[in-house]
Amino acid sequence: MATSTESAITNAARPGTEPLLTIRNVAKSFGRNAVLRDISLQVAEGEFLTILGESGSGKTTLLRIIAGFESADSGEIWMGGERLDPLPPYRRRVNTVFQHYALFPHLTVEENVGYGLRVAKRPKEEIASRVEQALAMVKMTDYARSKPARISGGQQQRIALARALVNRPRLLLLDEPLSALDANLRRQMQVELKSLQREVGISFVFVTHDQEEAMVMSDRIALLRTGELEQVASPREIYSRPATAYTAQFIGHTNLLHAEVKDGVARCHSLSWRTGFRDGSALFSLRPENIRLASATAAHDVVRFRAKVRHQAFHGATELLQIECADGLALSIRTASRENRQGELELEFSAADAVPVRESPERN
Amino acid sequence: MFSRAYRAVITLPPLLWVAAFLLIPYALLFCYSFWSVSPDQVIVHSWSLDNYRELFRVDVYLQTLFRSMWIAARVTIFALLLGYPLAYFLSFHAGKRKDLLYQLVIIPLWVSYLVRAYAWKTILGSDGVLNTLLQYVHLTKHPLEFLLYSPFAVVLTLTHIYTPFTFLPIYASLEHIPRNLVEASHDLGASPFQTFWRVIFPLSIPGVLAGATFAFVLSLGDFLAPLLLGGPSGIMISNIVVSLFGAAYNWPLGAAISLCMLVLVIALLFLSENLEKKWSFR
Amino acid sequence: MSAGKRTARESRWLPWHAIAVFGFLYLPIVTLIVYSFNGQGVGGFPPRNLTLDWYRMLFADDAIWTSVLNSLLVALVAVGIALAFGIPAALALDRANFPGKAVFRRLVLLPLILPGIITGLSLLMLFRQTDVKLSLVTIVLGHGTALISVATTEVFAGLQKLDRAQEEASLDLGANYWHTFWRVTIPNLRLSIIGAALLIFTLSMDEIAVSFFLIGRDNTLPLEIWGRLRRGITPEINAISSIIFIFSLIAIVTWYRLRVGAEGQPQITGELLET
Repeated sequence: MATSTESAITNAARPGTEPLLTIRNVAKSFGRNAVLRDISLQVAEGEFLTILGESGSGKTTLLRIIAGFESADSGEIWMGGERLDPLPPYRRRVNTVFQHYALFPHLTVEENVGYGLRVAKRPKEEIASRVEQALAMVKMTDYARSKPARISGGQQQRIALARALVNRPRLLLLDEPLSALDANLRRQMQVELKSLQREVGISFVFVTHDQEEAMVMSDRIALLRTGELEQVASPREIYSRPATAYTAQFIGHTNLLHAEVKDGVARCHSLSWRTGFRDGSALFSLRPENIRLASATAAHDVVRFRAKVRHQAFHGATELLQIECADGLALSIRTASRENRQGELELEFSAADAVPVRESPERN
Repeated sequence: MFSRAYRAVITLPPLLWVAAFLLIPYALLFCYSFWSVSPDQVIVHSWSLDNYRELFRVDVYLQTLFRSMWIAARVTIFALLLGYPLAYFLSFHAGKRKDLLYQLVIIPLWVSYLVRAYAWKTILGSDGVLNTLLQYVHLTKHPLEFLLYSPFAVVLTLTHIYTPFTFLPIYASLEHIPRNLVEASHDLGASPFQTFWRVIFPLSIPGVLAGATFAFVLSLGDFLAPLLLGGPSGIMISNIVVSLFGAAYNWPLGAAISLCMLVLVIALLFLSENLEKKWSFR
Repeated sequence: MSAGKRTARESRWLPWHAIAVFGFLYLPIVTLIVYSFNGQGVGGFPPRNLTLDWYRMLFADDAIWTSVLNSLLVALVAVGIALAFGIPAALALDRANFPGKAVFRRLVLLPLILPGIITGLSLLMLFRQTDVKLSLVTIVLGHGTALISVATTEVFAGLQKLDRAQEEASLDLGANYWHTFWRVTIPNLRLSIIGAALLIFTLSMDEIAVSFFLIGRDNTLPLEIWGRLRRGITPEINAISSIIFIFSLIAIVTWYRLRVGAEGQPQITGELLET
């Protein structure tokens, strides 16, 4: 499907928007360990882009290269018309929200937020009013004179955000800022962060390993795997049209079907469906929720089959069933919850939902 | 994240200072040890191994070196015997009083070395506190002469001075032992004694090595306690060096002896560092 | 650990051993103080005729007070030198790579463990070769150089606890390296630096092995005491030692309060000896 030139185009900012940040062929190694290989990526003005990846995928390194804490071995980074990568961190109009916030323990909340303005030698009145605004924006005005150690994790998170945004950066980098919060607070902050981003209109580059978080918040997701971009697309597209087997598995659950294609028909065990894919062996991703209990009327291009329920896992509104066809093919399906599914089921899926994906080669 | 200029600024000044006031002086010590003194007491800058030959030819040098090592070894053993159980008691059994007791071990460290050595002199002298006390309670009729101006006095004083030094790293290593290891050992059926020998002691070995090295090396090079309390039989190798640099005026020979000490000390440090690594599991 | 698991045997002899060790450690100090008030001078049991005479004699003794001033001066400058070079040295060891770094590290830390006589002698040779006259200046240089090791060890330990993200955040917010150093790095290392300064000051006040070889005409306090000890035992020494002890005690308690207030369990010297 996508060759490397095609993928370079997909990594470009959305058409019609001006790219704010352009990362061109960036590579980085620590010793003999290649952490990033040939990364090209654009971030649009006002965009919320998430760099998603497992630990060790290089996502934090990429963020640190944009911020200026690490230098790339090769490649370029541009912001607006300006080359960014030769500049030290303090000359970049980029600010960071750190993973554990990195609030200065010896300064009060107010002094933390005003730090950037003070080192930039802004007039006192301006500092005071901008700090006040920033604290109001994150609803932390009451804590202006507290020391960071005296406030909760969620509050520290807001201060870290205010401290970065008060400098009106062109780009805000967020390094897993929600990872230290508990689940409920995290969901609440995801919503707040997203609406804050719309309000200020600044581009966000958000790093996380949590695919749900990425789906909820982002305009686009850049999925990183062992130092290479696997796919860059909107959450909807990356979910419904995964380019690779890795993407399909990392974002949500999926069934991977190893099929043989001949004359526009793909075959996997006893299943077969129509496809536009070229002849030869191919890999298809079929989401569990796209397999449903067979309906009375047979629609066009629907594949029907029977399978036994092997295992049932209750997930609240839905449940995940492990099923097995007569020929031994094992699949997962997601359906609305119902008590005690047993025995054989009559199932179906649309041929269009079986998405051809590229194999993801082993890399180290 | 640190620029080249930043790294240069933090590196160069200490590097230059250390080169000027440590590296060059050690190099000079090395050079001096091959030079000699003419009869009219001028340093002759010609290179020879004569000083080292002298060192091995005249018995008193090696004898004194061995005596110093023997004194240092005794100090080390006594400091460990005093320091280890104390550290173990504080770390595992002192409960709430731990911090206070820890401070009590530290406080003598802040009392001048010289003053503590002097205090022992006032205690051990023939009309000192101990002898007059013994006569006062009629345990002895005459002052015990062996107390002062003897290797005993030197070992006692140095043990007193280096026990806290030995205690500290041992205590630190005991404090770093995760308490759940001790619980796991009890849980697996080991008695407290077995737990000590099989879990606690092996994990505290790096601390023991560090403390022992400190006590041994520092007492080996000491010259003040022997001068003050040692008498003729308590002379140590550094006293010879001091006299060679003073009245005897033979700097090159003194430098040769110092260099031997330096090499010995560095070899010991190296050995203990490697052993510590071997016994360190973190 | 849970107190419940100790053996009866252990719990019986360990406290007695501890008491004995504390007795051994404090015997000379107590003797020293008690006999500074003893009318009969040093020695003789029991102490009798309590008196403040030795303190009176001490306060009238100009030579001692001159040497105290000398020592204070030397210690202050030595703290300055040791911090000025020890802090960058710790930073360099933490965050720079250069050829010979391993040698540099060992060299800096060597005076900490090396018998003072070797450091003293080698510096003596340096000053002799370069025709520098021995004076308080040479003593200051000696103390400063030997005690860089203390500053480096303490500050390096502090740097290990410092979250690198703190400095990154500062750079990120537009502060350059210089501002970041003064506004973030130094405040974060505050306790290590104060601890190092106190320790260096005390060690310098007490230092004798290095000073022994580098002394010119002006005596430091330990050398003045040393000179008098060579002549015989005098109770003024007890008096001055008791005073120094009280001052050290005040310094330790202050330091302890400071550290406990800031971060709980203080382990200043422990960290120093651990590395």
